[in-house]
Amino acid sequence: MAKKPKNKRRDFLQLSTVTLGAVGTAAFIWPFLKSMSPAEDTLAAGSTEVDISAIEEGQSITIKWRGKPVFIKKRTKDEIEAAKMVQAGDLRDPQDDADRVQKEEWLVLVGVCTHLGCVPLGQKVSDMKGEYDGWYCPCHGSHYDTSGRIRKGPAPKNLDVPPYTFLNDTTIKIG
Amino acid sequence: MDQNRKVHQFKNPVLNWIEFRLPIISYFKKEYGDYPMPKNCNYFWSFGALATITLVTMIVSGIFLAMNYTPHTDMAFDSVERIMRDVNYGWLMRYIHSNGAAFFFIIVYIHIVRAMYFGSYKYPRELNWILGVFIFLLMMATSFLGYTLPWGQMSYWGATVITNLFSAIPFIGEGLKTWLLGDYNVGNATLNRFFALHYVLPFVIFGVVGLHVAAVHVHGSNNPDGIDIKTNNDSVNFFPYMLIKDTVAMCAFGVAISAVIFFGPNLMAEVDNYIPADPLVTPAHIVPNWYLAPFYAILRAVPDKLGGVLLMFGAIVILFVLPWLDRSKVRSCNYRPIYKWFMMGFFVNFFVLGYVGMLPAEGLYLLIARVGLLYYFGFFFIITPFVGWIEKPSKLPLSISDVYTKNIAPNIGGGEKGMPAPAMQKDTNL
Repeated sequence: MAKKPKNKRRDFLQLSTVTLGAVGTAAFIWPFLKSMSPAEDTLAAGSTEVDISAIEEGQSITIKWRGKPVFIKKRTKDEIEAAKMVQAGDLRDPQDDADRVQKEEWLVLVGVCTHLGCVPLGQKVSDMKGEYDGWYCPCHGSHYDTSGRIRKGPAPKNLDVPPYTFLNDTTIKIG
Repeated sequence: MDQNRKVHQFKNPVLNWIEFRLPIISYFKKEYGDYPMPKNCNYFWSFGALATITLVTMIVSGIFLAMNYTPHTDMAFDSVERIMRDVNYGWLMRYIHSNGAAFFFIIVYIHIVRAMYFGSYKYPRELNWILGVFIFLLMMATSFLGYTLPWGQMSYWGATVITNLFSAIPFIGEGLKTWLLGDYNVGNATLNRFFALHYVLPFVIFGVVGLHVAAVHVHGSNNPDGIDIKTNNDSVNFFPYMLIKDTVAMCAFGVAISAVIFFGPNLMAEVDNYIPADPLVTPAHIVPNWYLAPFYAILRAVPDKLGGVLLMFGAIVILFVLPWLDRSKVRSCNYRPIYKWFMMGFFVNFFVLGYVGMLPAEGLYLLIARVGLLYYFGFFFIITPFVGWIEKPSKLPLSISDVYTKNIAPNIGGGEKGMPAPAMQKDTNL
């Protein structure tokens, strides 16, 4: 067998070569993995301005923002009351109604069920609205209340509130 | 190189020329000519060959469909309709491909049922079983990707629901989902990559099938009595006996699939998939392809998002360890008087799960799905290990040829790994 010092030198060379090779391979794989992430133009998808002057009390519209449906609802007095009555502590995803709206008659939500991404029903008068009179997801039976909070069913979280600002009394800018 | 290695000699000089440079002729002769098949194998043993033929059919019809398909959200739906209306025999290609997928699953399910009932997954074929489960997983992934391509309502929302499963993973879920989709929701980037992957995965399956077949040829096929080949009396050569038998099975299969392709091509299709994808409207009732419905039923039976996802994937992953959950040395359920009934119950339960998986997850259906879920996992974790321990198997035949002369071994099963009775050891050296 070879002498000890010689072995050490060989071990070192072998180990450093293998390490360099592994790092190099990882560095080579990275661009391929990263190329699957959303591209720059996808990320740059901008904001949307919506005219809300025509929405009557109790009415709700659906607009498209970054490929997703966004619900804009002008809530009735009863619906606002119902949303405020709820103790946040009792909810699966505790949140006060006041934390989910800027003006309490206007509710703005991303219309995507937090379970598996279906669009909940409840936008049309004829739709099922679920047991809490808000939205109902037909795919796997999640019920949302008049603040878009999850009350029953498999969804883990409340419907998302997108970033938005009131440009004036009749225009909302989403995004 | 070793010029002295033994080279097979054939009468045909061309074959000899090839054989000397690449011993592929002797390989095929060994694996598909002289390969001994247990002579008691019934038609259940033809489903491996049928699955291979279907895989090839799917790849061929898929390549020709791809020549006319456009993977873009604005054009995908129309390009499929063009295939149906304007491309010569496009309708035939598409119906072969869409119904072929369903038949592929029927065949593979029967193939799996056969392996489970007759204990083909046991020693020494565990790795073979694992490769098979791996093929099954790849098939499910491929069929899901393919279902997205026509870009109808079911395509879009099926893709949305399934990719959202990944968002259930704590911490990295949302990021992983976005990475898989290449966008924040199912979009053009998603359709493009799904098409690319749907094209390449069948070739991966083909490779794993090669390993699967190579592995089964090492120890030979199992058989309805689950005992090993001892003498030449126990087996027949693959060629011509099994090849002819598989050909008969293939003819029957051809009649069945042709009947569906030509007389009921949309029997297994969802009507909603003939509506172009609309990201703002979810169909009232989302259903998966029927062949994935049992797993979908398990997903919905659990009232918790992460729990449902884990159990659904768990229902498939559990198959990998089946060879180690089953403690019984007897392979075939024909000789297992108790386990046999639990096994049949498992098959029925799988059907029931598939049935409720296609129906809304409410009321009684939800209850049935939950009972089915309990039996599914109970079968693997409790029944299979426990029954193997308490059950007294019936007497195994001494050898395969003794099945036909009704000789019964003096000892019950439980000898060395898979060798049913010690008495069999005597004639191994014949």
